[in-house]
Amino acid sequence: METFLFVLFALSACGGALAVVLTQNVVRMAFWLVISLGSVAGLFFSLDADFVGAVQLLIYVGGTVVLLIFGVMLTSKEPFTAIKQNPAEIVQGAVVGLAFLAMVLATVYAVDWQSHQAVVVGHEHDGLPSGYNRPIEGNTARSIGTALLGVRFDRDLGKGGEHASGEHGHAHRDHDVSTGYLLPFEVVSVHLLVVLVGAAYLARAKRRRPVSAA
Amino acid sequence: MISPVFMKTLLGTTIAEELPGLVETLRGNFLLGWLPSLDESGASLVAAIIHVTLVGLFFGLPAFAFIWAERKVAGRIQDRLGPTRVGGRFGWLQSLADGIKLIQKEDLAPNAADRWLFQLAPYLVVVAAFSAFMFVPFSDGWTAMAMDIGLFIALAVLSLEVLGIVLAGYSSGSKWSLFGGMREAAQMVSYEVPLGITAVIPVVVAGSMNLNEIVTLQSGGLQNWILFHDPFCFIAFFVFFTVTLASNKRAPFDLAEAESELVGGFHTEYSGMRWSFFFLAEYAAMFFVSMLAAILFLGGWWTGIPAIDSAVVAVGEGSPAWAYLTRVIGMTILLGKAGLLVFVQIWIRWTLPRLRIDQVMATCLKYLVPISCALFLGVVLWPLVLLMTLGQSTILGEPKGERLPVSDRKVVSVEQPATAPAEPVPATEGGAH
Repeated sequence: METFLFVLFALSACGGALAVVLTQNVVRMAFWLVISLGSVAGLFFSLDADFVGAVQLLIYVGGTVVLLIFGVMLTSKEPFTAIKQNPAEIVQGAVVGLAFLAMVLATVYAVDWQSHQAVVVGHEHDGLPSGYNRPIEGNTARSIGTALLGVRFDRDLGKGGEHASGEHGHAHRDHDVSTGYLLPFEVVSVHLLVVLVGAAYLARAKRRRPVSAA
Repeated sequence: MISPVFMKTLLGTTIAEELPGLVETLRGNFLLGWLPSLDESGASLVAAIIHVTLVGLFFGLPAFAFIWAERKVAGRIQDRLGPTRVGGRFGWLQSLADGIKLIQKEDLAPNAADRWLFQLAPYLVVVAAFSAFMFVPFSDGWTAMAMDIGLFIALAVLSLEVLGIVLAGYSSGSKWSLFGGMREAAQMVSYEVPLGITAVIPVVVAGSMNLNEIVTLQSGGLQNWILFHDPFCFIAFFVFFTVTLASNKRAPFDLAEAESELVGGFHTEYSGMRWSFFFLAEYAAMFFVSMLAAILFLGGWWTGIPAIDSAVVAVGEGSPAWAYLTRVIGMTILLGKAGLLVFVQIWIRWTLPRLRIDQVMATCLKYLVPISCALFLGVVLWPLVLLMTLGQSTILGEPKGERLPVSDRKVVSVEQPATAPAEPVPATEGGAH
């Protein structure tokens, strides 16, 4: 069952991506992009990464593609804009795309999957308190949330669990606690704030022109 | 005579795990030897079919009822009778008559249209609205996909609906449709911001995005409903309701259709079944957001009167069959609340004039977004301020969402078996205990 779903989603992700490249019409491209990105979300779900899958749906499928179509609608001069490439552009695109594909393939084959099998598949949270996270159902939202706030239960509690008895365990935990993703989270927040302020500034600047000039 | 295993599959969300046992029981006890034994993948397939069928019924039947209600209420508000004849009294089969009429119509596509996208767009809309129902609990534990991120993913999936509408508007090859699609895109992209923020407010109060858990925390009386948790939540409910009106493109925010200026907006060129798909999705989405509002703010399947709630829960304690009855009663209550909210939506549509597009955008960006941000801040600060001044984190009701270990939890009068995962660190309202 899982294999079947994986093949289904993988095929539609790759097929959608190919169709994006091969289609001439921009809005049809956007639709194929929806298929491709949605299938990637399906792959996330089948990997028990439900939060990431939902984010993929909300941001990429629901947000970015709608904005893309919106942009096409606002800017196109004739109905159903088609993109015509000249051969040079096709060659350029093919070179860049194939180079990227080669890099991805090289990376995938460079990993020793046999020895990492345990890390990839068997992500068990033995040291966790009961009811905190059920790995089977992929309830990752809570661990992601706490990790963004700087607490890594999956690491720290697991470590504590090994030495839980006695003072040694606590001492071990105190100097070895990871800070999670607090710093990247804050950096991204500030970055987004800057972008928002910049967007607001750009949008305001147009309005300040005197009416006679418009 | 129903076996416990069977009842458990009806009650829990683990149909796939229980099905093989159920099938064996049926084969053994009920002379159903022809039933094939189920392995794990077969069981999950059958469970998926059961879930999809049930969710499909909840997707279609309320839409059926609400289309009739819309016509009837509209008639009454305009001092008419509305449908009176079809199906005997009250015209209650009017939706069926509409449906048969729509099926018979010719499936048209304009010459100027991008035919392929034009025919595909209605399906996108229906699939998005349908999938959103997978994540909503209809009663305690009755949800097709029980997830910790239930609210988030439900809103994410529902937001895909706009994509189909924008594609429909674009591919029709008509000016009216293009304008409708553009308005819809602009409106939806803006209104998702206050929708997200106001939906986070009950999450902050409850400390969970699991819809089932949010309702469980609201047990034990009106004062425990998130609506009455604090003044900010009270206002947030109305902001949420307004925003969902807009996100469902209901009047006064139905700029994408705007019959009087854009003919029919994005669905001008559609006819027959494809046209009806848009409306099926619209009424299903109305019902969906009403149910979401009832779950998030109005106590879900609790009546709000502790005596009745305790009685209903007590009924279910005897045997699995009675527990099933308890959940049916809970579902009736939830559907009643959602139906009431849908009625308010219909009422608003037929009494308020439509806004202009600039007014719609100003309402969102100048008023709703700042209001919802302020409410969010208020909700976060409220328990802290109360703790500093009064020494307790709530005025009315029990404190919610403060993640105590199971051993330290107070037992509320109407308490379900603890489904809330215990977490050693208080999630939102730090230091409350």
